[in-house]
Amino acid sequence: MSDISANTPGAGPTAGGPNAGGPNAGGKPKVSILGQSARMKARNRTESVFKVLGLTAILFSLAILALMIFTIFRDGTSAFFQTRMSVPVTLSAEVLDPAGNRNRDEMTKQTTMTYNKVINEAFLAALAAKGIKTDDVPAKELTDMISKGAAGELRADVLADPSLIGQTIDIALVAGGRIDGYMKGRVTRASAERDTNVTMGQLDVADRMKEAGMLSTSWNWDFLTNTDSSDTRPETAGVGVAILGSAYMMFLVLIMCVPVGVAASIYLEEFAPKNRWTDLIEVNIANLAAVPSIVYGILGLAIFINVLGGQMGVEALKMSASLVGALVLSLQTLPTIIIATRAAIRAVPPSIRDAALGIGASKMQTVFHHVLPLAMPGILTGTILGLASALGETAPLLLIGMVAFVANYPAAPWDGGFSDPATALPVQVYSWASRSDPAFIERSNGAIIVLLVFLLIMNVTAIILRRRFERRW
Amino acid sequence: MTVLPLLMILAVLAAAGFVLGRQRALALAGGEPRTLHSLPAYYGWYTAIMAFVPAFIALIVWLLIQPFYVERAALPHLPTSVQQDDTARQLAMTDVRRIAAGLDAAAAQGKLTESQIAAMDAPTPELDAALKDVRVALVSSATAEGLAGAKAYRSSLATVSVVRTVVIGLIALGGLAWALKVIAPDFWARNRVEKVVLRLLMLASLIAILTTVGIIWSLLSESFNFFSQYPIGDFFFGLTWNPKFGGGSELGFIPLFWGTIYITIIALLVAVPLGLFAAIYLAEYASKRTRAWVKPMIEVIAGIPTVVYGLFALITVGPFLRDFFAAPMGFGNSAASVMTAGIVIGLLNIPFISSLSDDIINAVPQSLRDGAFGLGSTKSETIRQVVLPAALPGIAGAILMGASRAIGETMIVVMGAGAAAKLSLNPFEAMTTMTVKIVGQLTGDTDFNSPETLVAFALGMTLFVITLLLNVMAVWIVRKYREQYE
Repeated sequence: MSDISANTPGAGPTAGGPNAGGPNAGGKPKVSILGQSARMKARNRTESVFKVLGLTAILFSLAILALMIFTIFRDGTSAFFQTRMSVPVTLSAEVLDPAGNRNRDEMTKQTTMTYNKVINEAFLAALAAKGIKTDDVPAKELTDMISKGAAGELRADVLADPSLIGQTIDIALVAGGRIDGYMKGRVTRASAERDTNVTMGQLDVADRMKEAGMLSTSWNWDFLTNTDSSDTRPETAGVGVAILGSAYMMFLVLIMCVPVGVAASIYLEEFAPKNRWTDLIEVNIANLAAVPSIVYGILGLAIFINVLGGQMGVEALKMSASLVGALVLSLQTLPTIIIATRAAIRAVPPSIRDAALGIGASKMQTVFHHVLPLAMPGILTGTILGLASALGETAPLLLIGMVAFVANYPAAPWDGGFSDPATALPVQVYSWASRSDPAFIERSNGAIIVLLVFLLIMNVTAIILRRRFERRW
Repeated sequence: MTVLPLLMILAVLAAAGFVLGRQRALALAGGEPRTLHSLPAYYGWYTAIMAFVPAFIALIVWLLIQPFYVERAALPHLPTSVQQDDTARQLAMTDVRRIAAGLDAAAAQGKLTESQIAAMDAPTPELDAALKDVRVALVSSATAEGLAGAKAYRSSLATVSVVRTVVIGLIALGGLAWALKVIAPDFWARNRVEKVVLRLLMLASLIAILTTVGIIWSLLSESFNFFSQYPIGDFFFGLTWNPKFGGGSELGFIPLFWGTIYITIIALLVAVPLGLFAAIYLAEYASKRTRAWVKPMIEVIAGIPTVVYGLFALITVGPFLRDFFAAPMGFGNSAASVMTAGIVIGLLNIPFISSLSDDIINAVPQSLRDGAFGLGSTKSETIRQVVLPAALPGIAGAILMGASRAIGETMIVVMGAGAAAKLSLNPFEAMTTMTVKIVGQLTGDTDFNSPETLVAFALGMTLFVITLLLNVMAVWIVRKYREQYE
């Protein structure tokens, strides 16, 4: 196509013009002006190729986006489901409460080891009761089919309600990660052969259990409420701490960053004199918006954690604390919010200000009583979009230690929960993706789905706000 | 009394000040607000500000000075050798603070009584148990000196906080009383209040400057530390990156820089054609309806967190490239590669390039297009020979900004490019970048005295300078070569 483009501008106008006798004179004089010359056809072909290239670029980009979202949902939806085995467990008092007085403090002496034994015995008994053939599989392999987290769950249930002791209750035991994967189709017999964590015998038993109705896959709230778990039991890992940590950080960013951002915008847009100093601030804000996010992480580590938290001894600023994460994200989001807010303030027409000043309002009253309320929808939209990008930010949080394994929920905010170790949704995605067990990839995708749902809610809110309150002057 | 209740007291005083100030102004005006200079609420605000602001500033100053004072109380209890050495003193002080915090927590939970603590001269097993109970991690278990220091620290802190509450409270009350005294019907309360509000607004806009100062200071000071331990020439011109914990590391910057540049080039090769063609189609060919639908959809690409792209690179793009390109063509067997990371960063940058270019193309005046059409050129000829040349400076700026984003991108390269620092031309080989190494050297257990950790700050500094230069250059190009229509 480029060979044509090279000589068209000169030749183009002359091709069909009145003095067409010039370059084409020697050729065919009988060309109809209703048909297209060979050259014109070539030019039109280039035209359509060019158009198709544009369309292809768009379709290709959107197709990749669709592919990415498709793989996330294909691999991640199963994280919201969990394979469980229904087993009647007898909680005998002699084992679980040897003192016999249902005193919670004394019962805590029975560790998960004890409960593990109870569960394993109940499981083997249930298999025998259902008449499931297990003679080809050693008992150790059978009990390994149960998740290592099941005993802990049962213990928590019993400690929460000691009256369960002495009863025989039906419990849905969480199946181990490989059995879970097998039921969901992630683990196949072919892949299991190369896997040392699962044997063919276990898969055979799983098939038989499924036929007997002992094994079923159902909706898994635990994924949304559980904490992270160790490498050996992906099936009990959940995003609870990550959701709470992200929520804490978003709340703190909202209350720290938005007032400052709006105040700074008001000053720069309405009050600042035009001089070198304000020019410096302007250039500064534009450049801050382009600083790579990881640099903010370095800033957080060096200033908030090392200097303020370490040398100055401010105890609230600790590694992995959501307060530090929120401070870093606030600084990073501030330029975005300032830029959006200034645009919203600038969109309020000067006539509004003139009218307010004209009836005797002071400059400050004009801004706070008239300009700001009118700019509010734009400010809100910008704020939500800024928060959404802060919610998805990962790199700076890695540097301030939020990637560490957090086994406990942070405390409530009024109990100092903002400085407890926490993690965040995108960081959880990363830390699961970097574990060796492929079962964590499912969890990682599941966490992405949760993250995308939150982002979708925020963005849709922003769009609705914009549509609902947008004013054209 | 800790700081939070004190702040609440200040807030209560301010609220009381508002009510009192307003009432007093109305009373002085004889219930006739029209004789006042300002609206009654402004007198209330003025009183509230006078009650809160001076006390609050005093509190901040107090809190800044307090650590030095309180630590001086604990210092005599530490060994003289520790007192003289700066680093050792800081470490010992951290221990003292930690023990003190543990004692506080133990006392609060009733594990130890105050008299028990006072009677303790040397660390006892019950102290260790109590500290363990409240989860105080001690680097070394408490020493007698540390314990004595902590006790002195606590008693000094207790005295100081009582004095602090009294002093701050008095300042607040004084401010309140003074405000009530000066209020008079012809007192310009509104102007005073507005002046304070203006100061607050100004202060907020300074935070942006402070952030920059903070970034530069944190990067510079630690980089300086690094270069005092590792020769600057070896860093910038070293060809090997081989950190070893335990000394003898080679921390050459060139392999990381090469990895970064290589990935950026591939990212631009993907993003620029796709983004530019998408922008041209949207700006010149698409109908209004198509544009209204497609533009937001392309922008969705930019709204998805980068860690999602990282996972996409890790489990989809990487294995795909390995199985269908690298392995059959004999380029190696690595899923993490320059190509993987480059392509995915390129995809992420499409909406960035396209929306910037779209704006720039739309800014080219219609008269130029009409002129070209009038001379008989087709639409694509107009675009290629008239619109694009006119938009070129803007597009060049957009590409530079895209490059700066690709250089600073972290999650995709951490998950998709690998961790091996290599100087190689094979795009299917795993290489690494500056950002990957910043994350690598600063996560996990870090020791801020070893060059292996500090090198991350030098890398961060270089990254910051490179991206800043690219952005400044982008703005400069746009300004210098922009055609001024009309």
